[in-house]
Amino acid sequence: MLHLILFLVFGAFCVAGAVNLLVQSHPINSALSLIAVMVSLAVEYLLLGAEFVAAVQVIIYAGAIMVLFVFVIMLLNAGEEEKTRGSRVAIIFGVPSVLLGGALVAWVLLRRSGTAAVAVGALPGDPKSVSMLLFQNFLLPFEVTSVLVLIAIMGAVVLAARPEQAQPRKKA
Amino acid sequence: MVPLSYYLILSGILFACGVMGFLIKRNLITVFMSIELMLNGVNLSFVAFAAHWQALSGQIFVFFVMVVAAAEAAVGLAIIIAVYRNRETLNVDQVNLLKL
Amino acid sequence: MFALISLIKIVIAVVVLLTAVAYTVWLERKVVGRMQNRWGPTRVGPFGLLQPMADGIKFLFKEDLTPPHVYKPLFIAAPMIAVIFALTSIAVIPIGNTVTVGGITTPLEITDVNIGLLIVLGITSIGVYGVALAGWSSNNKYSLLGGLRASAQMVSYEVSLGLSLIGVLIVCGTFSLRGIVEAQSGHFWGFLPKWNIFYGGQFIAFFIYLVSAYAETNRIPFDLPEAETELVAGYHTEYSAMKFAMFFMAEYANMITVACLASILFLGGWSGPLFGPAWLQMILPVFWFALRIFCFLFLYIWVRGTLPRFRYDQLMAFGWKFLLPLAIANLVVTGLVVALKG
Repeated sequence: MLHLILFLVFGAFCVAGAVNLLVQSHPINSALSLIAVMVSLAVEYLLLGAEFVAAVQVIIYAGAIMVLFVFVIMLLNAGEEEKTRGSRVAIIFGVPSVLLGGALVAWVLLRRSGTAAVAVGALPGDPKSVSMLLFQNFLLPFEVTSVLVLIAIMGAVVLAARPEQAQPRKKA
Repeated sequence: MVPLSYYLILSGILFACGVMGFLIKRNLITVFMSIELMLNGVNLSFVAFAAHWQALSGQIFVFFVMVVAAAEAAVGLAIIIAVYRNRETLNVDQVNLLKL
Repeated sequence: MFALISLIKIVIAVVVLLTAVAYTVWLERKVVGRMQNRWGPTRVGPFGLLQPMADGIKFLFKEDLTPPHVYKPLFIAAPMIAVIFALTSIAVIPIGNTVTVGGITTPLEITDVNIGLLIVLGITSIGVYGVALAGWSSNNKYSLLGGLRASAQMVSYEVSLGLSLIGVLIVCGTFSLRGIVEAQSGHFWGFLPKWNIFYGGQFIAFFIYLVSAYAETNRIPFDLPEAETELVAGYHTEYSAMKFAMFFMAEYANMITVACLASILFLGGWSGPLFGPAWLQMILPVFWFALRIFCFLFLYIWVRGTLPRFRYDQLMAFGWKFLLPLAIANLVVTGLVVALKG
């Protein structure tokens, strides 16, 4: 019972944050709603028993990646978004069809999965189990992602560097 | 005991919001954040299925998704900074020509 | 029943932490004053011991200015974020053994989580937002620069902070803070305690941790983002009265958290000679823990009174080009030694 209540409360936070991201016009508000979504998702992972993943989600996603987003918004001084021309037809046909499609998917999922339920803390998500799997079965993807991160670092440094001013060469 | 389908529906709602943000929003950075929202929705799916089928590999894949998201965010934001420097605008509608 | 005990522990922990923050401010003013050959606060109460109360009353009654062009929601929320996350990390820090009071046995911490160390790291990561958002929402070029510098510095030194702690994890084998303290119990060679800094071989990691923690908490020699002579006051330029007091409290609460963690991870937590009757034996571990925290706070204040501050590019170069390779080297060596030992 408490599991269901906690799931619904933090699920509501997630959905509210996601909708707020769409509704807000200033990117910093969208960034803060996204941080709220990530922290609520970390609690959902905790409910599923994946404690290491939850901690990593907070440290890396909410604590490093979103800091990067907030940095860029602060640096570029991104102001409020300009309103584009919306289309009435799109809203009249679009919103009900999105809701209908979503309800259809939800109904199919609820009917088809029967009594499949997940208990609190179903996963053995402690660091030891995770790392045994990560460093034994998934060693190659782990090493490859480290190369990927190295390439990303080099790429980011090169792309964001200021263009060099052409220096007039002095005649010797 | 929460039914598995509830987790999947939540993941689907997050993914759908991400896609809507990607299509609707006009600010480059907000579009980027919608991509991150999509990745988060998918992560929730992975962990929910890992808990249901007791397949621990689901959690491991979440790590890889996070690492790839971090790398993509770094490079993408660097590109956004370069675009802003050249065109002085972050509006997606105005960044639509190869010529400045 | 469990909820009631936890609630009492939370209330006690928060009250003790806030008092400790207030008296850390007093300690700093006294010690820095004596180092500069002056008295420090002496007028309010004996030895100036009531000075924090006077400061609190002053902060409450000062005029709380909100400049006109700030981004109001974030301007008001940023100090709250900073102080909430600074005070939250006390939740997983154990300060003593199990005590039995009136028939109720409870460990001396609010909760012992399997991943306690990761939670403290996570809280530190989110604490960056308080600084970054304060600097941006103040709509002021000094604050923006100070906020950007402070958050870049905190994010850079978080990396070497985390890496230096992995050596401790390899030696102790658990993320839980109580487990780490219990892994350091006992003695070797007869009388030397099995602290991580000696027996666990984490001597270099201790210094990397300490230096990274000084940079994380924005203290001298890494306090460029909030230095008065450099950037007016950095990210808290536009704040006054209670909001400024919240930033102040957050900084000192972070210092206390760092001191607690350093003593738990490297100096054996609350181990120390136990003697006397049973009730004394329950209190003595807390006393030894408090002694270690006091030593670390004194070290913080001593360094503040002695060293000049780093320039920003020196600071970043030091973090990325010296501390990070050193932390990785420490990790590799520790891993090798533990793997070869069996």
